[in-house]
Amino acid sequence: MDGMITANRLSDGIVVFLDAKGGWSEDFHAGVVLTDAEAKKVALAKGAASAEANEVVEPYWIDLEPRGGRYVPKALREAIRATGPTTRRDLGKQARGQAPDFLKTSAEA
Amino acid sequence: MYRYDEFDAAFVSARVSQFRDQVDRRISGELTEEQFRPHRLMNGLYLQLHSYMLRVAVPYGTLNSTQMRKLAEIARKYDRGYGHFTTRQNIQYNWPALKDTPDILAELASVEMHAIQTSGNCIRNVTADHFAGATAEEIADPRPYAEILRQWSSLHPEFTFLPRKFKIAVNGAPHDRAAIQAHDIGLQIMRDAEGELGFTVYVGGGLGRTPFVGKKVRAFLPERDLLSYCEAILRVYNLEGRRDNKYKARIKILLHEKGLEGLTKAVEDEFAALDQDALRLPQSEIERIRGFFALPDLPARPAESARVTRRRGKDSRFDAFCRSNVATHKAPGYAIVTVSLKPIGGAPGDASAEQMDAVADLAEDYSQDEIRVSHEQNLILPHVALDDLNAVYDRLASMGLATPNAGLVSDIIACPGLDYCALATARSIPIAQRLAQRFGDGVHARDVGPLKIKISGCINACGHHHVGHIGILGLERAGEETYQITLGGSGDETASIGQITGPGFSSETIVDAIDTVVETYIDNRQSPGESFLQTYRRVGMAPFKEALYERNAGSDI
Repeated sequence: MDGMITANRLSDGIVVFLDAKGGWSEDFHAGVVLTDAEAKKVALAKGAASAEANEVVEPYWIDLEPRGGRYVPKALREAIRATGPTTRRDLGKQARGQAPDFLKTSAEA
Repeated sequence: MYRYDEFDAAFVSARVSQFRDQVDRRISGELTEEQFRPHRLMNGLYLQLHSYMLRVAVPYGTLNSTQMRKLAEIARKYDRGYGHFTTRQNIQYNWPALKDTPDILAELASVEMHAIQTSGNCIRNVTADHFAGATAEEIADPRPYAEILRQWSSLHPEFTFLPRKFKIAVNGAPHDRAAIQAHDIGLQIMRDAEGELGFTVYVGGGLGRTPFVGKKVRAFLPERDLLSYCEAILRVYNLEGRRDNKYKARIKILLHEKGLEGLTKAVEDEFAALDQDALRLPQSEIERIRGFFALPDLPARPAESARVTRRRGKDSRFDAFCRSNVATHKAPGYAIVTVSLKPIGGAPGDASAEQMDAVADLAEDYSQDEIRVSHEQNLILPHVALDDLNAVYDRLASMGLATPNAGLVSDIIACPGLDYCALATARSIPIAQRLAQRFGDGVHARDVGPLKIKISGCINACGHHHVGHIGILGLERAGEETYQITLGGSGDETASIGQITGPGFSSETIVDAIDTVVETYIDNRQSPGESFLQTYRRVGMAPFKEALYERNAGSDI
């Protein structure tokens, strides 16, 4: 049931995560982890209001799971989205130290 | 090359202004995302996994050096220093900001380029043989017809909201390099018994979740009837194509449901009922357009180059490059050079801004200012003098662009896959990279011979896996990437859809599995000259299946 709200910023399309203050952060680690149904409902409503206010596009919920003592996205798709292309470590959030640090390239796997 | 006339220029410039206004209104909140989405898609702008993605058309794959330099400049100025050449002869930018896209489109318009109809349920960028206008065996250059089709299909009022997207490809040589039978309409240029130019018309080819090879609806269509016949096909499709289910909306499904005879009759009836005169191509107009694509003035040269022969004798890598990346030109003393965008371990189709600039410089210096983009995600210098091959090779090599693997096992088509694409179910690029590292571009790759591996990261099949000699389809099963193998597909004049070998393979085992397939081919071929596809067609699936699933017990799914 643990999860986070994510979206793409309208002006540049960059992936963002809803933070504890109700704003958006480019950094997965700054996103607020939601652990119950009520918090999910409230956060989704915040996301929808932000989309309505033309700050972000297509907000949605992603499932998280604890790994190595930290929360990381459960689905590979969301892990890559929170990280950047696995084939170009110099691009995306991983290049700025903003990514959940667990996704290996398939060459490293 | 085709040059915009005042109508083209005004039309493209008007579209840039309209889009600028639409983007402004979206950012200011005047337009909702729902209202804006159709506008951005009509201008090739998608929202992908990490960011927006802009798909720019390269009509029939033809570029000049000014245009290529502009693509490089856009990569540097508005993106992250590179672009991705696709299986549709387009280029995609993976990181543009929405607010910058009107400026990008204005920059493109300044060099007669655009992103119109690279998305949406309309007639998409018309594709053609990437050796068009240069290859020795050509019947006629397909690009004049592709250009005529582009003009006819751009904002065609009747065909702007089709049931689904619609792709047309034109091929002008006996050997089909444009995969025409994998398109909604495939046009093969031919001459009839009297020597008149025309087309064999295929309809209903397509890949995706329901792959079909196109079926012949007309053995010979005179060239003057090109537009009226295409109009008839599109009209039947527009009226009868399904709009209730997007997965059944392509013309291939209509063909499947109506049958070849039923669809052919409907098209021929529509064709007969059309106002033939209105769309009949005047010979003068065909000649006018053809004039834009005339063979450049190539000074006569000896058919062989002594300096190339000398170097081939002492430089094995250059010799390998000449064997795989250099093709016969229609003019003696010239060659067509394939610039591989498949460096071993690289992402297929990616080119840095510096590489794009280097190719532009080479085109200007050595290839009559012409460049082609192939649907196989490589670039082509179509008119290189044999005597210049040494210099061209050295400059390509200095930019990492001289990988001698065109048409070989490491010349792999791969869609962007889950590393970039919002629709993907598995990664494609890393599999291509590992396969290229396994097989390389040296003696082993040469021993394996001509082999097309094509990888898609989901069932939409942008990586053309169905028509790969070896196809790989990435799927997701229980949260894990899994890869299904197909064998025996082909996108050429002997088009066929590959057959699934059986259960899929994990990311860890897929490269070994492909190695097993290749080794099985080598064990079964009658001679080194028998290609993978020929061997597969002779021996069938059984030995491959046995090697994959019984001998090695390789599958883990």
